[in-house]
Amino acid sequence: MSSPKETDPSKKAKRSFSRRGFLAGVGVTGGALTTGILEKTAEAAPAAAHVVGPGEVPITLNINGKPFNVKVEPRTTLCDTLRHRLDHTAAKRVCDRGTCGACSVIIDGKVMYSCTVLAIDAQGRKIETLEGLTAGPRPHPVSAAFVNNDAQQCGYCTPGFVVAATNFLQRNKNPNLTEEDVKRGLGGNLCRCGTYVGVRKAVLEAAKSMQGGNHA
Amino acid sequence: MPDEYLWPPMGQRKVMGQRLSRLDGPDKSAGRAKYNSDLNPQGLLFATLLTSPYAHARVKSIDISAAKSMDGVTAVRIIAQPGTEIQWEGAEIASVAAVTEEKARDGARAIKVDWEVLPHVVMWEDLGKVGNRAKPAGEQVTGDPDAAFKEADATVEGDYMIPVITHCCLEPHGQTVQWSGDKVEYFPSSQNVSGVGADLGRAINVKAPDIHVHMDYMGGGFGSKFPSDLWGSECAQLSKMSGGKPVKLFLERSSELMIAGNRPGVGAKVKVGAKNDGTITTWESQTWATGGYGGGGLNAQLFPYVFTIVPNRRINHTAVSINTGSARAWRAPNHPQVSFVTCSAFEDLAAKLKMDPIELFKKNLHYSDRPEVYAKQLDIAAGMIDWKQNWHQRGDSGSGVVKRGLGLGIGTWGGLGHESKCRTTIHPDASVEVELGSQDLGTATRTMIAMVASETLGVPISRIKIKIGDNSFPNSGGSGGSTTIGGVSTSTRKSTVNALDKLFQVVAPLLNTTPDQLEAKDGRIQVKGNPEKSMTWDMACRKLGTNPISEMGENNPRESMKEGMISQGVGGVQMSDVSVDTETGVVKINRHVAVHDCGLVVNPKTAESQVFGACIMSISAALTEERIMDAETGHMLNADMEFYKLAGIGDIGEILVHMDIAPEHDKRGIIGLGEPPTIPGIAAIANAVANAIGVRVPMVPMTPARVLAALEGRRTA
Repeated sequence: MSSPKETDPSKKAKRSFSRRGFLAGVGVTGGALTTGILEKTAEAAPAAAHVVGPGEVPITLNINGKPFNVKVEPRTTLCDTLRHRLDHTAAKRVCDRGTCGACSVIIDGKVMYSCTVLAIDAQGRKIETLEGLTAGPRPHPVSAAFVNNDAQQCGYCTPGFVVAATNFLQRNKNPNLTEEDVKRGLGGNLCRCGTYVGVRKAVLEAAKSMQGGNHA
Repeated sequence: MPDEYLWPPMGQRKVMGQRLSRLDGPDKSAGRAKYNSDLNPQGLLFATLLTSPYAHARVKSIDISAAKSMDGVTAVRIIAQPGTEIQWEGAEIASVAAVTEEKARDGARAIKVDWEVLPHVVMWEDLGKVGNRAKPAGEQVTGDPDAAFKEADATVEGDYMIPVITHCCLEPHGQTVQWSGDKVEYFPSSQNVSGVGADLGRAINVKAPDIHVHMDYMGGGFGSKFPSDLWGSECAQLSKMSGGKPVKLFLERSSELMIAGNRPGVGAKVKVGAKNDGTITTWESQTWATGGYGGGGLNAQLFPYVFTIVPNRRINHTAVSINTGSARAWRAPNHPQVSFVTCSAFEDLAAKLKMDPIELFKKNLHYSDRPEVYAKQLDIAAGMIDWKQNWHQRGDSGSGVVKRGLGLGIGTWGGLGHESKCRTTIHPDASVEVELGSQDLGTATRTMIAMVASETLGVPISRIKIKIGDNSFPNSGGSGGSTTIGGVSTSTRKSTVNALDKLFQVVAPLLNTTPDQLEAKDGRIQVKGNPEKSMTWDMACRKLGTNPISEMGENNPRESMKEGMISQGVGGVQMSDVSVDTETGVVKINRHVAVHDCGLVVNPKTAESQVFGACIMSISAALTEERIMDAETGHMLNADMEFYKLAGIGDIGEILVHMDIAPEHDKRGIIGLGEPPTIPGIAAIANAVANAIGVRVPMVPMTPARVLAALEGRRTA
C-alpha cells in the first residue's frame, strides 16, 4: 500500500481481473499460451487494460462502513480474505463452493456467499458482516431471536443464518410472514446439527420484533 | 456418600428443569464465538494436505524439491514414503505449510508423485461382487428357527439397504498448533479435550503434560472427532519445522467427506415368522456392511432390534472391506441401521397380517427391556400424529396421485455418564468458578453445568463462571455415546456440594448453628427452613477472608448409578406422516413426531433441540443423504455439499417433540440424549412411505428414482 491514492476504491480499476485482462497478462508476460485463438484474444486485448496479479495486490474493502487495506492474490475469495487476513471470522468457510451459506455476508444490500466472491471484485462495494450487524450496544433482534428459540447447536452455521435472515427480513418487511416465506427465504443455508425448527421460529419472532422500531 | 449429593426431588428444583436459553447462544449468534478454525495468532502459517487421487495405488516415488523451494513455503513433509500402498482416495500423501493458504496449495500442487495404480473395490452393495473382500462372521443360532418357521402362521421376507453416510461436520476436522520451546499449544476441533493432547503426544513424541489443549467452541463432531489424527501430528510437525510458528490445518470439504469418518452402510435379507396375532416367533437375517478398508461396521447381535430375545434366531453377518476411508462412530453406532432393518421387516409383517403396526409392536414388547415405557411412548406418539384418524392398511391410500401414509420406528440406548472430575471454587468476592476438562459440542453442556451449580449454590447462573475446553482443568471424559451430561452433571454436583460444605463450616458458628443445619437458598445461607437465621451469599463468602474454597468432585459411573444420580437405558418412538407423489417419486414429510425418555431432564429446551436435530438428521438420511462411489474410477462422486445432500429448512415438514418427563423417569437420575433420537426416524419414514404407496422402497435414501422403481417393481442401486 504505497499511497492513499492507490487504495482509493473509486480510483482503483474495479473488477480489473477480467478474463480478458487475465489472458492479456499471461499472454504478454508468461508466454504460456500456445493456442492461436487465445493468443489472438490476448493480442486483441486493449493495451490500457489494468492487469493485476498473479502475485498479491493491494486492495481496499469497505467492511461495515470502514475501509480496510489488505494485500491478497487475485484468486483469493472474500471469505478467505475476511477470515484469514482481516480477522472477521463470523463468516465461516464450510462448503467453499457456494452451497451452504455459512459464509454469508451482505454486499450492496444483498446477501451473498463470500466464498464465491473474489476479494478484488468486492472493492468499491458495501460489505456488511455479522460483526457489523451485531456491533451495536443492544443485542441484534435476529441474534436475540436465535437465542430465544434455541436456533443453534454447534453454532457453525449460525452466523450465516443470522446474516441471511437479517437480509431476508430487511427485504421483506412484513410482521405477518409465514413459515412458508421463511422456508423460501432461508433455503440457501444448510445446518448439520438440525436447528431448522428453531430457525423458523426465530425468524418469525424477529419479523415481529423488527417492526417495533427495533431495526438492525 | 452424603445424601446432599442427591438431586433435589422433582418439583423442588429451582434451576434444573427450567427451559433456559443456552449461555453461549448470544456469542454464537453474534459471530463472536471463536472456534479454533477462527484463530489468527501472530505469524500464523497455513497448511494443506496432498491427498491420494486413487482408491488403491502404490507410491513409486515422491519428489518434494520443487515444493520446498517455492516462495512462501516454510515446510514440506512426505507422509507416504515410496513403496507405501494407499488404500483409499483422499489418503494423506504429503503436507505443506506456507505463509498463505494459497501458497500452501501451490506447494502441494508442485509435489510430484509417481503412482502405480492398483485394482480397487469401492462398491459393497452387491455381496456377490466383492469377492475376497467379504469376511463372513459365522452363523449364530438361538433356539430352532427352522422349526419355528415351519410352525409360523405367517412369514415375510424382505431386502433392505441403508447407504454409507458421512459426518459432514460443518467445522472440518483440523487444528491450529504452535510450539513454545518444547511445549505444544494445541487448538483442535475435538470431542475429547481431556484426552486428545496425550493422543497427539504419542504421535509426535511429546509427553502429555507438555501439550496444552484449548477449545472454547467446536463446530460439530457427531462421533468423528476423538483422535488427534494424522493431520494433527502433521500440523504439529510442520509448525516445528517452521520454527514453532502457529500453523492452521483444517481439512478441505472434499477431504472432510472422504477421510474424516462415515457411518457404515448395511444391506440385509430378512425373514420373520409370526403367529396370526402378531407375536413374532422367529427371526433370520443375513446382513453385510462396510466400514471402509478396515471392514466391520455392524454389530449384528442387535437383531432383531429391541426385540433381541425372540426365542428363535439365525444371524449371519459379513464384513466387507472396500477402498474407502474408514468408518467412525456416528451418533448411536449400529442403532439407526439396525432399527431401520428391524422396524422395516416388522412393518412388512404387519402389512401381511393386515395388522396395525402399533398393535404388532405392542404385541411383542415382552421381548424388550422396558415394555411399559414403549407402550406409553407408542400411545403418546400415536396421539401426536393422529394415528387413529390417519392410518390405513398398506397401500389403501385412495386413487389420487399423491399417496399419504404413516409409519413408526423405535430405539433404545444406554447413556450412562462417563468418568468426570470437576473443581468448584468459591471466592471471597462471592464469585464461583466451575472447572472441568469437558467440551460443549452444541449440546448445551456448558449451560447444564451452570444450571447444576446454580441449583446447588442457590445463586444465579450469572454469578457462576463455567470453565471448560482446556486440558489443564480436571479430567473429564470425551463426549460420545450420550455419556457427557451424566458425567459432568454428577461431578459438578459433587464438587459444588463439597465446596458449599466448606463454606457452611465457616458460616455455621456465625449463625450459632452447625454446618449440617445449613442450606443455600435464594442467594442466602440460612438455617434449614428458617430464613430469619441467615446471611447473604456475598456476606458468607466475605467471611472466607483471603482464602478461596476449592473442592473436587468426581463421577464414578457405577457408584453414581447405585446412588441414583445417573442411570442408563432409554427408549424412544418416532412416527412419520408422509405424502408421496407417485408420478414424480418425491417424498414429502408432513409431520414427524418423536417421544423420548432420558431420566431427569436438566434443560427441556436444549433437550428438545437435541431431538429436533436428530429428527432432521434422520429425515436427511431417509430422503437425500448418501455417499456415492464410482465403481470404475474409485472416486467419491459427491465429495462436496452440493451433491452430498443435507436436508434444507424446507425439506423437513412439521416436527413435534415430546420429552417423556415423568416421575418414574426422573427418579432414575440423569441419562444422556445425544444418541437415542437419531435412531428411530429413518425406519419411521421408510415405513410411512411403504404404507403410502403399498410397496417397500428397499433402499434409503428414498430418492424419486428409487420410489418410482419400487412402484414399477424394478430394483435400483
